[in-house]
Formats: sequence, structure tokens, C-alpha cells
Amino acid sequence: MAKLTQTPSQTLGPYFAYGLTPEQYSYGFLTSIAGAAVAATDTTGTRIRIEGRVLDGAGVPINDAMIEIWQADDQGRYAHPADPRPLNAGFRGFGRCGTGTDAQCRFYFDSIKPASVDGVQAPHINVVVMMRGMLLHAFTRIYFSDEAAANAHDPVLATMPEVRRGTLIGQLDESRPGKVYRFDIHMQGADETVFFDA
Amino acid sequence: MSEIIKPRDWSSQPSYIDPAYRSTALRGPTKPLIPLRQSLSELTGPVYGHDCLGPLDADLTKNGRKTADPLGERIVVTGRVLDEDGRPLPNTLLEIWQANAAGRFVHVVDQHEAPLDPNFFGGGRCVTDAAGRYRFTTIKPGAYPWGNHHNAWRPNHIHFSLFGPSFVTRLVTQMYFPGDPLLELDPIYKSSAVGARERMVARFSIEVTEPGFALGYEWDIVLRGRNETPMGSH
Repeated sequence: MAKLTQTPSQTLGPYFAYGLTPEQYSYGFLTSIAGAAVAATDTTGTRIRIEGRVLDGAGVPINDAMIEIWQADDQGRYAHPADPRPLNAGFRGFGRCGTGTDAQCRFYFDSIKPASVDGVQAPHINVVVMMRGMLLHAFTRIYFSDEAAANAHDPVLATMPEVRRGTLIGQLDESRPGKVYRFDIHMQGADETVFFDA
Repeated sequence: MSEIIKPRDWSSQPSYIDPAYRSTALRGPTKPLIPLRQSLSELTGPVYGHDCLGPLDADLTKNGRKTADPLGERIVVTGRVLDEDGRPLPNTLLEIWQANAAGRFVHVVDQHEAPLDPNFFGGGRCVTDAAGRYRFTTIKPGAYPWGNHHNAWRPNHIHFSLFGPSFVTRLVTQMYFPGDPLLELDPIYKSSAVGARERMVARFSIEVTEPGFALGYEWDIVLRGRNETPMGSH
């Protein structure tokens, strides 16, 4: 077959909201394919909220970033043909949230806690980070602070220096009802989040 | 899994930090990326088919229309979504957004003193057919100024967002127009190397042009391909 070369990536720029997250930003013309509500009412599993900010190299919260998440269900299954296992009703596993509608520049997702996808990797959520001023999206992952035993054996966490693993752990906020995990994304600095060559 | 997705082609892709595009300085990661062995987490991805589309989603001359047709030059933008091995990618979602003919985005943050068009919204989407082909009808977007440097203007462009077959084939890019004198002055376009950046420029096509109605542009988009693994049997 013909050998072709990848189309270069470009920034999504400052004005993505009416194309990619129209409902969140109250643009009436287009429906959103996905938003912050990842789990439907009939999705089984433990309800969780992920909440965080994206911080630039000066520690300033970014108000024009967009976060996407992709996750397995409470049985570790992905809603995709490459995963042959049957699906959790109504659970697509994809969420999208911009940081421009919250006074503190937070993104959030209401979802369910995923199970291990293969019995080897610890439960995690896959993340894409994009923003104005970023020419190529970044891949990261959210693990869970209350899965310490599984995290200790996770083969992906094991590939990075121990001091950086904490940047991928969503911290359960014990002061709030339900399961709310805090996950700030640091683009630079001493706490720079681990980004993957995926 | 018998196949994995080919790596990002770093000779085509831009750098996270590009001094000419000033906003990258504090926003791009500075530490080396950590290699990730692809698992089901990377080889699956969100599936959005024709069922996610509204009837006017691919026609931006109609999906924001209130009382009259939008102003500007009508264009058709069409092409195929392929992988690096030339395989067409059917059933893949494309989302687009763009400025109006005067170079103004609907977005509330855009304060450029060019008129909004009450009949043009500027966002749309489309899903590729069995041959990997997409097609949008829209208005040619105008150039607009931005604050990167003195007298900085973005060339005419349409933003494109695609998923492709898996989470790691995700692509967000911009399509440009042939012959635009602003291209050689634009640090975003030039963030990709010579020889690669030209692949973001559409081709004018008289065949795609609709007589008496709209000029035609063709633009193919190439996503990461697939490798056979040497083991092949797990």
C-alpha cells in the first residue's frame, strides 16, 4: 500500500469551544458529542468525580485548555471493537471538558471508577491535554490514590522515576462526600506531570 | 493484539516549545516524554458514527442560518482520511470550527473588530463514508490579527479535530488555503518542518468546484498507521 506521511498537528487555538464543547459554553447551534457527564444514569459502577486545573509554567491556571478522557467501565471493558467483551449499558467512556466555564479554571468529569483493563495494569483513566499555545496534544493518565496496592504493581508507573509517579495519582478528597479525586495537571516546573510518548 | 499503532512521526510533528509561537513557552512540557507500551487503553478509543450527526452538521452555510444566507465565498472542502499505509478510514468523526468571512470567530473571547455574521456559526462535523471521504460546505474564513508579535495575522484556516481508530490516533490540526501570502509569516503553520507543513495546505480543485455555487478544495488527512508486531500471536 502507498506509504503516506502523517498530517502535522496544530494548536486547537483559543476559540475551540463552539466547535468542540458547544453545550458546556452555551453555544446553541450545535449539540456536543461529549461533555463532563461520562456515566449515564443506568451505568453500573462506583460513581466518582475527577476535578482539577491545568497550570502553566508560572503556576497560573489556564482558562483555555480542553481535557479529554477515555476509560474502561467497572469491569475493565472499553466500548470499542478492539475489546471483544460485552459492554456496560450506555457507557461510552469518553468525556470532554474545557477549563473556560469555571471561575477557578477547573475541569471536571462525573464518571464511574474503571476496573483494571487486563488484571495487570492498575485502574486508570487515559487523558489528552490540549490548549492554545500547545501545538501537539499531550497524553497522560489518572491513577487513584486509594488503589495503592494496584499502583505499586502497575507496569506503566514502574517505567518512570519514583519521584514523578505522584503526578499521575488522583488524590481522593476525604473532606467531600462521594468519591472526588483531585487531579491538577502541571505543564512545567518541579511537579511537571508525566506525559507519555504513547 | 496483533497490531500496534505506529509512533508519532517526529519529523512531521511540531515541538511542544517553539520560540516563534510565544504562548508555547510556559505551556509545553519540558521534561522528556515517558515511552508507553501500547495496551488496550491506547488501542481502543471513542467511537462516534453517523448516529451522532444532525442533518445540517456538515453544511456550515445552513447550520447557523437565521434569516438569510451567510456572507462570503461559499466553498466545498472534501477529501479522504487515511492512515500512513494509505488505508482509508471509514466511519471516523471530523469536527471543524472556523472564523467567518470577515475573520471573526463566534467565540465570546474574540474581540477582533470585524463583524459577526448573524447567519454564520462556524462549527460543524461530519463522519467519513466507506471510502474514508468527508465533505463540508462552508464559507471561506477570513484572516485575522493576533497578539503573537507586531502586525501578526493568522492565515485563512479551518480547525479540524479527528479521533481515528484509537485513542492515540487523535489529531487536531488546521487546514490552510493555497497561495496565502500569510503562510510564510505564520509561526503556527511554520511550527512543522518544511516538507511537512505543506501537507496542511488544501488543493484547489475545479472538479470539486460546483458550477454557479461554490469553489472546491481537496485535502487529505493522514493519521498514524498500524504495525504488525513481530510476535503477532498473543
